[in-house]
Amino acid sequence: MTNWMQHLPILPVVIPLICGALMLVVRDSNRRGRLTLGFVSILAQLAVAITLLCLSAGYLPNEWPDGVGVYLLGDWPAPFGIVAVVDRLAVVMLVLTAILGLSAWIYATARWDRAGVHFHPLFQFLLMGLNGAFLTGDLFNLFVFFEVLLAASYGLAMHGSGRARVTAGLHYVAVNLVASFLLLIAMAMIYGVTGSLNMADLAARAGELGGPDRRLFEAGAAILGIAFLIKAAAWPLNFWLPATYSNACAPVAAVFMIMTKVGVYAMLRIGSLLLPTGAPAAFGGEWMFPLGIATLGFGIVGLIAAPQPERQASYCAIMSSGTLFAALGMPGVSLTGPALFYLVTSVLALGAFFLLLEMIERTQAFGADLLAVSLEAFDLEDPESPDSSDDVVGVAIPAAMAFLGLSFVACALLIAGLPPMSGFVAKFTLLSAALQTTDSGPGMGTWLLLGFVIFSGLACIIALGRTGIRLFWSVEDTVVPRLRLSEAGPVSLLIMVTIAMSVWAGPVMHYLDQTADYLGTPSQYINAVLTQNPGRDVAPIETLEVRP
Amino acid sequence: MELVLSLAIGVLAGSGVWLLLRPRTFQVIIGLSMISYAVNLFIFSMGRVVLGVPPVIDPDMADPTLYADPLPQALVLTAIVIAFATTALFLVILLASRGFSGTDHVDGREAQK
Repeated sequence: MTNWMQHLPILPVVIPLICGALMLVVRDSNRRGRLTLGFVSILAQLAVAITLLCLSAGYLPNEWPDGVGVYLLGDWPAPFGIVAVVDRLAVVMLVLTAILGLSAWIYATARWDRAGVHFHPLFQFLLMGLNGAFLTGDLFNLFVFFEVLLAASYGLAMHGSGRARVTAGLHYVAVNLVASFLLLIAMAMIYGVTGSLNMADLAARAGELGGPDRRLFEAGAAILGIAFLIKAAAWPLNFWLPATYSNACAPVAAVFMIMTKVGVYAMLRIGSLLLPTGAPAAFGGEWMFPLGIATLGFGIVGLIAAPQPERQASYCAIMSSGTLFAALGMPGVSLTGPALFYLVTSVLALGAFFLLLEMIERTQAFGADLLAVSLEAFDLEDPESPDSSDDVVGVAIPAAMAFLGLSFVACALLIAGLPPMSGFVAKFTLLSAALQTTDSGPGMGTWLLLGFVIFSGLACIIALGRTGIRLFWSVEDTVVPRLRLSEAGPVSLLIMVTIAMSVWAGPVMHYLDQTADYLGTPSQYINAVLTQNPGRDVAPIETLEVRP
Repeated sequence: MELVLSLAIGVLAGSGVWLLLRPRTFQVIIGLSMISYAVNLFIFSMGRVVLGVPPVIDPDMADPTLYADPLPQALVLTAIVIAFATTALFLVILLASRGFSGTDHVDGREAQK
């Protein structure tokens, strides 16, 4: 590995940090400067993420043991210093973030970035927080990066302002602040018991605990789990989500799709590390599975009841979280590989869906969907302010309605999990794996999972079919919108990626199954982190060790 | 001292949660601040409650019971900064909400009598 490449693991955090900070120096009126910076930053992040993926999977020559790259910040040895850890799971999330971020960002440049101040720096900081949360190797930095991404998301959720957004944002901020405090309490408890915050070190030490220490540790881990479940929108901790996501402007809602998955990621990461020594309650199947099923049920009811397309999309996000929790927590079997495939597909599909819905809304003459819209929607200010209307010169795509219709069908198929899209591949592999693995035949849990996942698909088809009919067929005077390339392009890109995922489902699934196997043997991660020798005398570690 | 500290944490957290569940935005923000104080004290207490000992470990006499744990102090410092920043942000949102809705109710409208 060449010299500069050893710093690659930290670049996904450093690039958006520097670009975001530079943007604050560039004046808001210098739009071209900010756009260039943003574009360069996101492209660089995508390139770095793909390089890291190749390194971690072994496609490029590297010196990483088991494909786990460990970057020691300040060259401090692992349990004491801060580490960034690149492994198979982290790079999947990094690439996903970069693709979704690129699409949402391009879409935003068409119009939405001018709806308020500082869209671009906030967007960069959001990406920085996301990348950092996926890369960090210790609990406290997980908290710090959560705060970075949340602080940016507070600004973005209210981007464009308006009464509905601010009211929803108030609840969102309050709920997330409480979740952050829970995270801090949990972290402090875990530190108090184990004397470490490094995740690899924690996994090694958790097994040595006994008696009251172990019980205290379990309590801390349970609180940690609750904090992650709030972020991941598991029932009954998800009432903040529909209002916030459906009121946020389209590109922001699209990029928020990955934010609930950060919670899922954290559960998966910490759960898999703690599993060999007995996973604490919230990370184990006996809690995660029922919560997932309940979340799915809540999502189904909400989806069918939701009047607005954006709200339906929000409930689809909740359903996707529910499916993931039910699959990851499924007792007795490991569905991690198919669950990861589902995670990637659902993030891309829902991101595309949010972008698409905003374009479709523009085809509706004002008041056409009056009956179906709840009263609160009228508080929303018309986002089409005079200076950013369709008069802006752009490339008008012919057959705009055909594009919107086809994309809508594609998204609906993806979210519901029907062939030929990759959503079907995801759900099919998930359910077939659930049916295959148990020796004594499928049990109660399998049938619950099967029933709820299939029924959620049916609910999607009913709700989205109804919305599609209302938006495309039953309207007498649709306005054919002028779509710009920068709006249609990102949606196509996201859908193309999912199509590619169903065409090359074999290799992708193989990679994700390898990731699942890797997560099943956390000793690889633990060894890679703890055996890092920064090239100095590490002997004092033993004597310096502070045990409570 | 443990009793005083734990009582202080408990009272702060309890009042914070109660205020958090109140309908006025100002009560919510004070509740959040109180919870953040409780959390900061709690992090401190997790480094074990000791008095009058230095936090830095001398490698020559490395008996950790003779020293205060320096890490929770660093954590508290970070947590204070973050809580401070987010509280300030929340205050701005509170004012914006008040400006839009004309009321300081958390739902942006008065409860139906």
